[in-house]
Amino acid sequence: MALDNSDVEKIAHLARLQINEVETLEVTRRIGDILALIDQMQSIDTSDVAPLAHPFDAVQRLRADEVTENNQRDYLQRNAPSTQDGLYLVPKVIE
Amino acid sequence: MLNKTVAELSRALNKGEFSSVELTQEYLQRINRLNSQINAYITVSGDEALVQATAADAMRSRGQAGPLTGIPLAHKDIFCVRDVRTTCGSRMLGNFISPYDAAIVERLNHAGAVTLGKTNMDEFAMGSSNETSYFGAVHNPWDMSRVPGGSSGGSAAAVAADLCAMATGSDTGGSIRQPAAFCGITGLKPSYGRVSRWGMIAFASSLDQAGPLTRTAEDAALMLNVMAGPDARDSTCLDKETPDFTATLNDSLQGLRIGIPKQHFAEGLSKEVEQALQQAFKVFESLGATLVEVDLPNSHLSVSAYYVIAPAEASANLSRYDGVRFGHRCKDPINLEDMYKRSRSEGFGDEVKRRILIGTYALSAGYYDAYYIKAQQIRRLIKQDFDKAFSQVDVIIGPTTPHTAFKIGEKNDDPVTMYLEDIYTIAVNLAGLPGISIPSGNSNGLPIGMQIVAGDFAEAKLLNVAHQFQRHTDWHLHRPEV
Repeated sequence: MALDNSDVEKIAHLARLQINEVETLEVTRRIGDILALIDQMQSIDTSDVAPLAHPFDAVQRLRADEVTENNQRDYLQRNAPSTQDGLYLVPKVIE
Repeated sequence: MLNKTVAELSRALNKGEFSSVELTQEYLQRINRLNSQINAYITVSGDEALVQATAADAMRSRGQAGPLTGIPLAHKDIFCVRDVRTTCGSRMLGNFISPYDAAIVERLNHAGAVTLGKTNMDEFAMGSSNETSYFGAVHNPWDMSRVPGGSSGGSAAAVAADLCAMATGSDTGGSIRQPAAFCGITGLKPSYGRVSRWGMIAFASSLDQAGPLTRTAEDAALMLNVMAGPDARDSTCLDKETPDFTATLNDSLQGLRIGIPKQHFAEGLSKEVEQALQQAFKVFESLGATLVEVDLPNSHLSVSAYYVIAPAEASANLSRYDGVRFGHRCKDPINLEDMYKRSRSEGFGDEVKRRILIGTYALSAGYYDAYYIKAQQIRRLIKQDFDKAFSQVDVIIGPTTPHTAFKIGEKNDDPVTMYLEDIYTIAVNLAGLPGISIPSGNSNGLPIGMQIVAGDFAEAKLLNVAHQFQRHTDWHLHRPEV
């Protein structure tokens, strides 16, 4: 399945990546090469094969719904780009 | 002092030949002298290391030392180490100071190991040459113009050049085994779920697994003994008993059935690697093993399936880097979308962006079945091929890589060529099996690696076979001149 520049722009928006016009040409070509490699798997019939999501077909383990973490907000927020009064600051969302 | 295995260093520490503080100082001096050439470390935590070494010496004097107490190691920079910068080889996390220790870091700390620093790696572990690191390429200690392999290239180069006694790595499609092969050391990827992934920065969660990089299989067993075990904080870490992996190292290989995968000795394998493997098979035969040809008919599809599954999982995992809570944020965003897009585009390198785009595409509406489900179906076929092979043999042995280490810059402008570097290792991750690469030859001064694969949770068998090979050969003792 070949991609054109507008497909790549659409995917980039879904992934919240910014790619300028010059880069788009290059990225489209590279991704086209990778998809050609991936498309080799279309050569065999897998209609009777169950998908394998986990190498041992294991399922998620559950635990009791109990609080196990201490509140370390100040310590954890030391890595944040911008905070105030314990909140994360971002550009204005609502006009 | 440094030219020793972990087992030898441990004995020397026990005999009082030197202290952990002296040993740590020796490594720190060597790092200081050589790291500017090799670029194996992104961060050296010398002060913290000396504090740990002092504590390890005290542990020993109280008679509480275990095999790793006082042994200096390096962590791949994918593992969170509390209050130390943890970058994952990316500008995105260039200033991230981890607020906690990864599970394996906790376990190795508890065992008294000394952390020298954090090693260089391909950005977010996406690469096979260590050239995608934001912090620059790592140089292979055997030939500084060549790559060390990747993505755990800094860890492999550090062990090979005696810049640490042992190192941690992570392996999603070959990222421990391939650099181990290129650097002439031993690298083990455990079974999926054997080692906790908690605190290991996620790339592809159904494939990622942490493991040791060491000089010898015996050292790998000593490290795995500490690293492995259940952890409630990683829901995919299996609740399985951990054997003593050193207990069976000396078992005889008499009657061992070795599978030779015919697909791994076909077109694409270089002559020198094939010849080294043929020599290795003679060694195994002399130890009483028998060779059986095995068929892995879908192995040629492993790279295709992997480049759907790994990017799809990566695109989901890497969505957390949004410039809000931690990581890079662009300057003066005009609105929220601008902040997301510019922070991510500035923070991620080209290869990471490519994989996010591929993964986003594979998971997008209308393509999910054709790509993601199809790849998971191929994944089951690959697993079934291994199951069938392991009904006939105990281990499968073949090359780790098609050839020896390539030149820096030789392959980094063509992603597909780079992806095919992992053609022998990827299927093992898809099937969740344990695999090890050990040195098995040398060509024009460059090491050759041999991959041994065992069935589910048979790491002890893998280490036994590797250790017996190392008892009867000396490839693992060869050192680069640096």
